Amino acid sequence: MTTTPTSPTDNRVILDDADVARAITRLASSLVEAERGTDRLVLLGIHTRGVPLARRIRASIEAIEGVEVPLGELDITMYRDDLRRQPTRPVGRTRVPVSIDGATVVLVDDVLYSGRTVVAALDALKDLGRPAAVRLVVLVDRGHREVPVRPDHVGRDLPTAADEHVSVLLREIDGIDEVRLGRAPAEPTPTTDREENR
Amino acid sequence: MKHLLSAGDLSLDEVMSLLDLAEQMHDVQSRSIKKLPALRGRTIINMFFEDSTRTRTSFELAGKWLSADTINISAKGSSVSKGESMKDTMRTLDAMGVDAFVIRHAGSGTVHQAAGWVRASVINAGDGQHEHPTQALLDAYTMRRHFRDALGAEPGDRPFAGRTVLITGDLLHSRVVRSNVLLLRTLGARTIICAPPTLMPSGAASWPVEVTNDFDAALPEADIVMMLRVQRERMTSGYFPSEREYIAGWGLTATRMARMKDSAAICHPGPMNRGLEISSEAADAANSLILDQVSAGVAVRMAALYQILGGEGDVA
Repeated sequence: MTTTPTSPTDNRVILDDADVARAITRLASSLVEAERGTDRLVLLGIHTRGVPLARRIRASIEAIEGVEVPLGELDITMYRDDLRRQPTRPVGRTRVPVSIDGATVVLVDDVLYSGRTVVAALDALKDLGRPAAVRLVVLVDRGHREVPVRPDHVGRDLPTAADEHVSVLLREIDGIDEVRLGRAPAEPTPTTDREENR
Repeated sequence: MKHLLSAGDLSLDEVMSLLDLAEQMHDVQSRSIKKLPALRGRTIINMFFEDSTRTRTSFELAGKWLSADTINISAKGSSVSKGESMKDTMRTLDAMGVDAFVIRHAGSGTVHQAAGWVRASVINAGDGQHEHPTQALLDAYTMRRHFRDALGAEPGDRPFAGRTVLITGDLLHSRVVRSNVLLLRTLGARTIICAPPTLMPSGAASWPVEVTNDFDAALPEADIVMMLRVQRERMTSGYFPSEREYIAGWGLTATRMARMKDSAAICHPGPMNRGLEISSEAADAANSLILDQVSAGVAVRMAALYQILGGEGDVA
């Protein structure tokens, strides 16, 4: 869930830019450690903020291991379970540079909330090939799961109330690196990880 | 977007987002599993009251690749041949709960009228000599790709600015030209239309285009040379003395190709009369985009179906 950086409802900074950088470095090294290297790894960022996040994790892996891991992006708009309940949504780019058959696909996203985005991403992967394994890396896990989904690597566990609002801001899109927690603006409780793709 | 009836109804933003979406859909076409779940549970009826191969097939594929259920109905073999009116047939199907009708009909304006009869969305797949908006969209998609990939235009909102599109052929009987003229105006291209005087629509002077009968003079100015089919099946009398005379004045021959700009490309919506409006040399030339147009057809129609049926709440 993200809003513009100037939104007055985003009042508490949970992670500043140094914290975000450290979290990304740690995610990269714990991923490489858990997978015992980078063999057959493919990083897929989930639109929108998972994409720059995946790119940074890749840079971090390169710094640690000296290996360039294949990087792609996944738009799950057309796989959403609430597609028909909303006005027609814009669709982002899906680009997977290598075959994912037999690969270990690492899904990267900014916030894990209901888990429905991850379910949609798994559905999307199914149409792209058959990975040997799928892992989930998120910068923030804010809880309130609605489906049985669990992340493999988490930048920050952030217990939240349902009416709170987590904003992940990334330099590439928002100009700064920051994670904020605030009161949600007056709108219906979202049942998905994010409200909008762009 | 509730219906897609005329290329002229689309704003520049709508056209651009349709073309961008079509790029994503085009990528899906190269996958081994060419299917997206976006329209699961939706039902689309393809009603073709006129013969068609590529348009009908591409609409059917577009619907299927988006996981909609598509049903084809042709006039022959349906209750239309028992004398039921098109209106009653459509209202019957509408009552069954379908979500969209894709209609091709020989009567100009029929599809607009049909949109008023049913609750479902209506998409114009060609009405008589009036309009064929998805053809114009796929032409625009193909031209935009050419401007960007071959000519290195900056990806921006105005890839058609400063470009000249020359449309030549049987304009009188063409619905493609009408939709293209409307869309190219929205896109900001300069459009020249060219035909023998007998095949020039009477109202062409009021269109937002330059009108000429002189193909040779217009040819060197064009960035896109779009040839349209001589529609013999719609011709009720002699519009030109002989095929040889038509070719001499308005056929894209190998000799004429030499007059084109080096960077110019050739389009034809198909089906082609090889050796009449277009020579085989031109149709199969390296700068021919004709197969690109066909390939874009499914992607563009997927984009249009998604825009119309993909969500809820923005319908008028």
